[in-house]
Amino acid sequence: MTADVAVLGAGMHPWGKWGRGFVEYGTAAARAALADAGLEWRDVGSIVGADTVRGGYPGYVAGATFAKALGWQGARVASVYAACASGAQAVNAARAQILSGLADVVLVVGADAAPKGFFRPAGGERHDDPDWLRFRVLGATNPTYFGLYARRRMALYGDTPEDFAQVKVKNAALGALNPYARYRKRVSAEEVAASAVVSDPLRLLDICATSDGGAALVLSSMEFARRHGAADPVRIRAVSTVTPRYPNTVLDLPDIATDSAAAVAPPDETFRASIARAAYEEAGVGPEELSLAEVYDLSTALELQWYEDLGLCGEGEGAKLLREGATALGGRIPVNASGGLASFGEAVPAQAIAQVCELTWQLRGDAGDRQVAGARVGLTANQGLFGHGSAVLAVR
Amino acid sequence: MVTDWFTGDGDDFRLLGTRCSACASVFFPREDGHCRNPACGGGELAEVPLSRRGRVWSYTDSRYRPPSPYVSDPELPWEPYALIAVELESERIVVLGQAVPGITVSDLTVGMEVEVVPGVLGEDAETTWITWHWRPTGVTA
Repeated sequence: MTADVAVLGAGMHPWGKWGRGFVEYGTAAARAALADAGLEWRDVGSIVGADTVRGGYPGYVAGATFAKALGWQGARVASVYAACASGAQAVNAARAQILSGLADVVLVVGADAAPKGFFRPAGGERHDDPDWLRFRVLGATNPTYFGLYARRRMALYGDTPEDFAQVKVKNAALGALNPYARYRKRVSAEEVAASAVVSDPLRLLDICATSDGGAALVLSSMEFARRHGAADPVRIRAVSTVTPRYPNTVLDLPDIATDSAAAVAPPDETFRASIARAAYEEAGVGPEELSLAEVYDLSTALELQWYEDLGLCGEGEGAKLLREGATALGGRIPVNASGGLASFGEAVPAQAIAQVCELTWQLRGDAGDRQVAGARVGLTANQGLFGHGSAVLAVR
Repeated sequence: MVTDWFTGDGDDFRLLGTRCSACASVFFPREDGHCRNPACGGGELAEVPLSRRGRVWSYTDSRYRPPSPYVSDPELPWEPYALIAVELESERIVVLGQAVPGITVSDLTVGMEVEVVPGVLGEDAETTWITWHWRPTGVTA
């Protein structure tokens, strides 16, 4: 087990399609997190930015970009790019600095101004880029992969499109309670069923949108937190940032094929299951101790998969857990109490940070109408492009 | 565009991967650098044709026009195509590909046998791009 770091502050810019630059969203989130922590930007010894590659050149050095926008003050700086896991890896970088004694207080910021419609690869003829190749050779967008996973669940476990729709119904009801969410309207199963098919069997309302948004955290050593008067802060106890083990036999974005298991037997657990397990081991807690979880519901069907990968239920039992109401607010283990990506949409570098913001508010008891009663332990989970995933475990 | 990913015509059409001479791991798309099995000391990577037939692992389709670099004629109405992920038994690998034109998701089930056939990915005035397609066995044309 490693030592805890304190979450002194959490902040967000509301998500939506605002049509402004990512720096503005990130700076607003950073100022909100600093205010929440009761700190001045000049008190911060280090800043870590989660990068966006769609914001032009400054996105590649997001740490310095946010530092400039907040006002140069000489802080240590880092920038992290890991696609959808950028935010979690930024949290991890900040935590490593705190635990090693390099910094007492670190500001973590992620923000994006996402394009409309499908994510697409960078331009040019890039024949050695798997992301470019899957579009060029197959026309395989992100939703087609979500469709493959959804159809596979239907064949293996008997999940139905109606089960998938109920994930959206649940998450939209929670998003309606969250002032930072982009979509704040309840959705019915009939509305999901009436939306256009994007990638069979998934419909428009089964798939998360792209959004603008920003999120930020102020992390510190426990010693600093005590000196600062925060005797009992939310604590980050574990951050897993893992890669798969060979052979990875689940077809994942953006690959055209899996690893072959002809020469080496596949590992006992899937890559996705190893993401949460690494965090549980580091924290010394098990899934039965969780009060809530925030997972990457890029599609409704994928949320059911996470239930199993987080160990909230057995393999193939995700839809059953949902139908029982266990993952709704008031259930045994609420999932995506924030409303999830279904309600926020994707602002890639911000979303893993936003998940930790939600845990922070929930563990403090500050989540308002969407509060999970008595929340003590929370887990986030996400997966980035090109083979890595992260989970953050926080406690109170 | 994708050099040496497949070869042959008609019934001789095959996807081409590579196989490590030391550990027998198979790679598709071909891996010509180093064997990616972390337990392998590294062997020669030799070109190997993959099995012609496999079973449907999963499938879906694309009801909206994919963005560039996928090439399609914006003047023509979008015709969705199915995508099939196929498990090859002897290689123990899952390979994604488009279904042959005319096959829709309603024609497919998980576990169904399919075979690889040559297909046309797209064409312009100068070039016709050849690719691989998956076709349910027993379906001709």
